Amino acid sequence: MTWETVIGLEVHVQLATKSKLFSGSSTHFGAAPNTQASLYDLAMPGTLPMMNEEVLRMAVSFGLAVDAEIGKRSVFDRKNYFYPDLPKGYQITQLDFPTVGRGTLKIQTEEGGDKVIAITRAHIEEDAGKSLHEDFQGMSGIDLNRAGTPLLEIVSDPDLRNAKEAVAYLKKLHSIILYLGISDGNMAQGSMRCDANVSIRKKGDKEFGTRAEIKNVNSFRFVEKAINYEVQRQIELLEDGGRVVQETRLYDSDKDETRTMRSKEIANDYRYFPEPDLLPLVIDDAFIEAVRATLPELPDTRCQRFIKQYGLSEYDAEVLTSSRDMAEYFEAVVELCGDAKLSANWVTADLLGLLNKHDLDIKQSPVNPESLGRLISRIKDNTISGKIAKTVFEALSEGKNDVDAIIESRGLKQVTDTGAIEKLVDDVIAANPDQVEQFRGGKEAVFGFFVGQAMKLSKGKANPAQLNELLRRKLSA
Amino acid sequence: MLSKTVAELASALAARDMSSVELTQIYLDRIAQLNPKLNAYVTITPELALEQAAAADVLRASGKATALTGIPIAHKDIFCTRDVLTTCGSRMLANFTSPYDACVVERLQAAGAVMLGKTNMDEFAMGSSNETSHFGPVHNPWDQARVPGGSSGGSAAAVAADLCAMATGTDTGGSIRQPASFCGITGLKPTYGRVSRWGMIAFASSLDQAGPLSKSAEDAALMMNVIAGADARDSTCLDLPTEDFTAQLNQPLSALRIGLPREHFSAGLSGQVQEILQQAIKTLTSLGATFKDINLPNNHLSVPAYYVIAPAEASANLSRFDGARFGYRCQNPVNLEDMYKRSRGEGFGDEVKRRIMVGTYALSAGYYDAYYIKAQKIRRLIKQDFDTAFQDVDLILGPTSPHTAFKLGEKNSDPVTMYLEDIYTIAVNLAGLPGMSLPAGLLGGLPIGMQLVGPALSESRLLNVAHQFQLHTDWHTQRPEV
Repeated sequence: MTWETVIGLEVHVQLATKSKLFSGSSTHFGAAPNTQASLYDLAMPGTLPMMNEEVLRMAVSFGLAVDAEIGKRSVFDRKNYFYPDLPKGYQITQLDFPTVGRGTLKIQTEEGGDKVIAITRAHIEEDAGKSLHEDFQGMSGIDLNRAGTPLLEIVSDPDLRNAKEAVAYLKKLHSIILYLGISDGNMAQGSMRCDANVSIRKKGDKEFGTRAEIKNVNSFRFVEKAINYEVQRQIELLEDGGRVVQETRLYDSDKDETRTMRSKEIANDYRYFPEPDLLPLVIDDAFIEAVRATLPELPDTRCQRFIKQYGLSEYDAEVLTSSRDMAEYFEAVVELCGDAKLSANWVTADLLGLLNKHDLDIKQSPVNPESLGRLISRIKDNTISGKIAKTVFEALSEGKNDVDAIIESRGLKQVTDTGAIEKLVDDVIAANPDQVEQFRGGKEAVFGFFVGQAMKLSKGKANPAQLNELLRRKLSA
Repeated sequence: MLSKTVAELASALAARDMSSVELTQIYLDRIAQLNPKLNAYVTITPELALEQAAAADVLRASGKATALTGIPIAHKDIFCTRDVLTTCGSRMLANFTSPYDACVVERLQAAGAVMLGKTNMDEFAMGSSNETSHFGPVHNPWDQARVPGGSSGGSAAAVAADLCAMATGTDTGGSIRQPASFCGITGLKPTYGRVSRWGMIAFASSLDQAGPLSKSAEDAALMMNVIAGADARDSTCLDLPTEDFTAQLNQPLSALRIGLPREHFSAGLSGQVQEILQQAIKTLTSLGATFKDINLPNNHLSVPAYYVIAPAEASANLSRFDGARFGYRCQNPVNLEDMYKRSRGEGFGDEVKRRIMVGTYALSAGYYDAYYIKAQKIRRLIKQDFDTAFQDVDLILGPTSPHTAFKLGEKNSDPVTMYLEDIYTIAVNLAGLPGMSLPAGLLGGLPIGMQLVGPALSESRLLNVAHQFQLHTDWHTQRPEV
C-alpha cells in the first residue's frame, strides 16, 4: 500500500513589541516571575483591554509579505476556557474576521522544484502565562509575565506532503518573520511554536484521513522527527486494520515519539463570541500602503537579485538569503572586497562551516564581515594565497580581527619574488632526481608532486601561479 | 439641609454657610442612625470622608472649587475603589480591595466630591430588587417592607433617604432607572460609551453604563459634567468633546415632539400608572410639548434577547473569579478542578450562577446560532425601531416600571417574573440609548417614575425636559419619613 502524508501547520509567532497586546506591560523575556504583569494582565475586576497598534502594523506587514488579503475590518473574539495561567478565563483572539486572510508562501522541495503552500489565515491573539509545577510542594506557581504577549497564529492549508516540506515551510516562515523584524523567532524560548496536523491517506484518495494534532514542537529538527514518527505510527495503525483517532498528541523529544495528550471527544467547547470590550479593527488603504512602504526586501526578491546582480548560482543565492542577517553579512563582505563569487564561497563554505561546528547564529559569528572582506581582498591582491587565507581565517575565528596584522606577524605574506621561487624550484628538482626522470619520461602526474614539495618548502607562501610556471619551465628544460 | 439638592448644597458651601466637614458629618450621623434599618450602604468610610471633606474645604479656600467640591456622595459597590472594599454585592469579593480607582471614582474625587461609602446592590448587578445581594436586601425608605429596586438599590435608597447628596449607579437593563422609580428620585442612564467603564466591574460589557442617581435633573447634569468624557483605557468610551450638560437645562420646551409608544401604554400597564403618566403629559403639554403615538414593534422581544446577550457576556466576564488571584477561595482545595468548582460554587449566589449557566448554554456549540446570533439580530431590530421613531419625535415618554415597589420576597422565587420587571427599560440598553427616570407621582404612598428616552447623545435634551418638568412639579422633592 502506498500512503500519502497530508500536513497542515499552525505556527504561533510571538510578536516583538515592547509592550503587550492589550496592556502597557513589558514583554521582555526572562524577568523575575510576575514582575511584568499589570492590573489588566492579572484580570483585576473592572480592567479593560487597550489595543497595541504596533501589533496591527506587524500583522499587516506579515500579510503583505505573504501576498495575503488584509482584513480591513477584523474582529476580536473571546475563547473561553479555565486554566490558571489564563487569568481572564478567556483568551482574546480572532475567529471569523482575522487581520490576515489567504496568502501564499513558496518553498523549495527536496527534488529541487518550487512549491507554493497556501496560507489559510493569520490572526492576532494573546499568549497565556506559564504554570510552574516544580518547587511549590505539590502546588503550582503561576507566572503571568507572558500573559497577554501578542501572538500571530499563522495557519497553512493542508498542502504539505512530507516532513521535509513542513520544515522547509517553517524555515521560510521563520526567515520572513526575521526579515520583517516582527519576532525574534527563537524557537527554544518559545517565540515561535509549531503545531502540526498530520494525517495519511491512500495515494490517489480525494478525502483526507483522520488527523492528529501534534502540539508545541520547539525546533525544526523535532518537527521533522515528530511528523515522521506520527506518519509511521498512523501507517502501522491503518495497515493493522486499526483507525486513527482525532486527538491532540504531544511530541516527546527524549523518547522520539508522540503520545496522546487529550482526545477531541472530551475537548473544550470554547464558546467563542465577539469581544464586547474592543471595537472592530478598521483599517484603510492608506494604513496598508504606509505599512507596505516600510517592508524590507524579502527573501525571494533578494534571492533573485543576488542571482542577477552577483551572478550567483541559485543554490548559493538561496543559502545566502535564507536569513536577513546572512544576506546582510554577505553584502557587507562583497562591498569591501568587490568579489561576489569569492565572497559567496567563503560565506557558504568556510563561515557556515565554522558556525555550524560551534552551533552559532550568524549574528554571533566570531568573524565579522569587515575582516572577511579584508581577507578576501588580500587574496585578490596576491598578498596571500587562497590556502594561506584559511590559516588567517582560523586566526580570525579564534578572536583576532586585524587581517593585515595576522599576515604580518605570522609571516604569511605570499612569496612573489621570482628569484626566491626559482631557488625553491631548483632545490626541489635537485633533491628529487628520480621523479625528474619519471616526469621527463612522460609521467605528467608527477608534476603535482613537485608543486607540493615546493609549496611545503615555502611553507605555503609561494605564489602558486609563478611556482607552476617556473617548475614547468625548468622541468621541461 | 440633608434633603437639599447638590445645586443647593453647592451654593451653601460656596457662601460659606457651612464647611464640607460639617456637611459630611451631618450625613455620617444620619447614615449611622438609619443605615441599620435600610442597609443601603455595605461599607461606610467616615474617616476617609472627613479627610476628603477637609481637603475639599482647603480646595475651596484656595478658590479652586468645582460644583461638586465638598459634596458628600456614595458609590455603588461595583466601582473599584483603592483602599476601600469593593464587593459587588458578592461573597466572591466580600474581602476584595481593589488596587486602583475606577475612572468614575477618580473623576469625582478629582472634582472634590466626598465619598461617604459604598452602596449595596444586587450581586454583580444581577437583579431588579436588591435581594440577590450577599449582604442582605436594601429596604425601600418609603416602606421598609418593600424593595428599593435593583440593581442600584442601595444608591437609590441612600439618595431617597438623604443618606448622601447623590450617588453613582450602573444600568445594564434598567438598574439605575427602575430603582430611581421605586425610590422617587431621578436616575440617568447615559448613551453607551458616554462614561468610561474602566474600573466598573463588568456584568454585560456591551450594555453596562454608569450614571447618576440624584434628587433632581440638575444634579444629574452636574454629575454628568464630571463623569462623562473620553477615556483611553476604555476602547468603547466615545471620544467626544467635553459637554456642559447644564447648558441646555433652561431651554423652553416649545417645538418639543414626544412619542408615546403604544406598546408601553397597552393592557400590561395599570390604569393608575396610566393616569399618572397622563398628568405628566398634561404638564409637558402646558410647557409647549406635543405628543404623538408611536410604535416600537419589537419591544416585546427585548426581554428575551437581553436574557441571552447579558448572561452570555456575563458568563465570560465572571470567569476571572476563579479563586486563583483574588476574591473567595474555598477551604483546602484538593486539586485545581476542586478549587474552581467550590470557589465558584460557594462564592457566587444563585442568581449569578443561574445567569452564568444560561449564558454558557447560549454560547455552546450547537446553540450559538439559535440563541446568541438570533438575540443579536433582535437587538438590531430594536435599535431600528428607535431610529425609525426618532425620525418623527425628539424623545419618547413612558413608564419606567409597570408598578410601584413590590414587597420583599414577593417575586424572588420566580426568576421570569423578576426579569419582566425591566420590560420598559431593557430595550434602551440594547439600543445603547440614553434614558432617564424621574418622579411622576405617588400611588398608595409610593413613588412611581416616568421614563424619557432620547436618541444617542441626547442627554442634554433629556436633562432639559426633566429639569423643566421638575420646575413645574414637586414629585422629586417628596421625601419618605424614615
